[in-house]
Amino acid sequence: MTRIEARPLVDVRDVTLQYKTPEHLVTATYKVSCQVEAGDRYVILGPSGCGKSTLLKAIGGFIKPVGGSIVVNGREVREPGPDRMMVFQEFEQLMPWKTVLQNVMFPMLAAGKYLRSEARDRALSAIEKVGLAKFKGVYPHMLSGGMKMRVAIARAMALEPDVLLMDEPFAALDALTRRKMQEELLALWDSLRFTVLFVTHSIEEAIVVGSRILILSPHPGRVRAELEAGALSYADVDTPEFGALSKRIHSLLFEEHAAPSALTPEPKLQLAATPR
Amino acid sequence: MSVTHPFKGVPARPRPDFECEPLDASGIGDVERRLSPIERILNNDAVRRAGVLIALLVVWELYARWADNPLLFPTFTTTLETFVHDLLDGTLLDRTRTSLYPLALGYVGGIVLAAILTSLAVSSRIGADILTTLTAMFNPLPAIAVLPLALIWFGLGIPSLVFVIIHSVLWAVSLSTLTGFRSVPETLRLSGRNYGLKGIRYVALILIPAAFPTILAGLKIGWAFAWRTLVAAELVFGVSSRSGGLGWYIFEARAQLETPKVFAGLFTVILIGLLVESVIFRAIAAKTIQKWGMQR
Repeated sequence: MTRIEARPLVDVRDVTLQYKTPEHLVTATYKVSCQVEAGDRYVILGPSGCGKSTLLKAIGGFIKPVGGSIVVNGREVREPGPDRMMVFQEFEQLMPWKTVLQNVMFPMLAAGKYLRSEARDRALSAIEKVGLAKFKGVYPHMLSGGMKMRVAIARAMALEPDVLLMDEPFAALDALTRRKMQEELLALWDSLRFTVLFVTHSIEEAIVVGSRILILSPHPGRVRAELEAGALSYADVDTPEFGALSKRIHSLLFEEHAAPSALTPEPKLQLAATPR
Repeated sequence: MSVTHPFKGVPARPRPDFECEPLDASGIGDVERRLSPIERILNNDAVRRAGVLIALLVVWELYARWADNPLLFPTFTTTLETFVHDLLDGTLLDRTRTSLYPLALGYVGGIVLAAILTSLAVSSRIGADILTTLTAMFNPLPAIAVLPLALIWFGLGIPSLVFVIIHSVLWAVSLSTLTGFRSVPETLRLSGRNYGLKGIRYVALILIPAAFPTILAGLKIGWAFAWRTLVAAELVFGVSSRSGGLGWYIFEARAQLETPKVFAGLFTVILIGLLVESVIFRAIAAKTIQKWGMQR
């Protein structure tokens, strides 16, 4: 995972994504290409309804592209798999019928890659890393939002996926917890150097969390720009560089297209409606 | 820039900042104090429910004594005497055993069939269509109405009983299980598939535990339906072999105008229902959905 290779870890080429609502066929993204390299904190940023979550779900293997191809670590993405772990926005992703430890162990056992004792050791060290060692025997309903998020990250990290896919993971948190979680994510990245793909609609979050920022245009999502942002963190919020970058992103997002199109509500994806 | 009141346009009055030490809280005593014994007893569900039960029994006893008509309405004490008498001489135990055998067969059979049908229903759209249509057709059909047909097909005896019990359990359990599966949060489904779970492993490891509150409710309803149907069916076709079940016990007692025995039979039916509900199902709930915080 940490090996630096010449070819990109995640290679998205000309991906067009469409999904069906009961009445319409909606095009979410149109011919999007991007390359994520190992160790990137790659942020996909765009206004509501630009298909950024759909793009992430396609990389996760939940949606098949109508056109183009997605290759992760040399393998074409065809179905969901534990080499691309998703961390979702909602807190329901933890299984309420399993303790924290069991939750972290579960994907390792389900994937069949590890023995039970080995899975347990890995889970324990992952829980330790996110600072929840004291809570390993507790059920998720007793945890706070931020703690659940840390369990979700520990669960994803313990499996050592090629890439971590995060779909607005902090959007449902309050501002203070969100900032703390962003800092924790960065600290974790500093010590583990995983590759993460991160979807957000907050410019500030994109600059703080991301090392590369892909900006999508609204409805359907098309590539607008890709910027470098690795040097800036919360410590730089008041610096002119931060302000300039933020302003630049803002203008890329909103200036050309009129504001109303950016404000169209994001249609809820109905993945459950397509039986497999 | 002057700050103005949003409604009246009056400038907000500037007020001084202040800081102070928190009040001394020792006056309130312990911050966490144990409730008084009476409060703790009243907070116990079992105690409160037993209280309700005792009140009902007292009302029964008082009314029966006031009515003074043992043929129509025996007192609780006479009923209890008859109950204990028939329990000790083995009649009631024997009748209960006769009743429980087809009940268990029918209940388990109904649940197994429901599991198969709902698994098919979640894995394919046509399976879901079949199950919804069948449930819509047969769920409102009273099991007793199918009994004549069962008698023609299987004759007097246990197979007929099992058939009607399966009919009463199957649709209720399938319906609630399917509802439960459909209400499993999307995120949970996605994370299950993210781990590469598919088919029966996906149903067993994700859907069933996630839908367990609804499934358990369905099992309870199925149990009540099965018990009801059985007693009613026994009342209708009476005896199959020499010893009938509880329904037949009640029917026999009515024919001989032994009202306390009718009451004792009903009492047994209620008692078994209560026992299963408050011991077995409660234990399952406490070990699962309550521990998991899915139900309070």
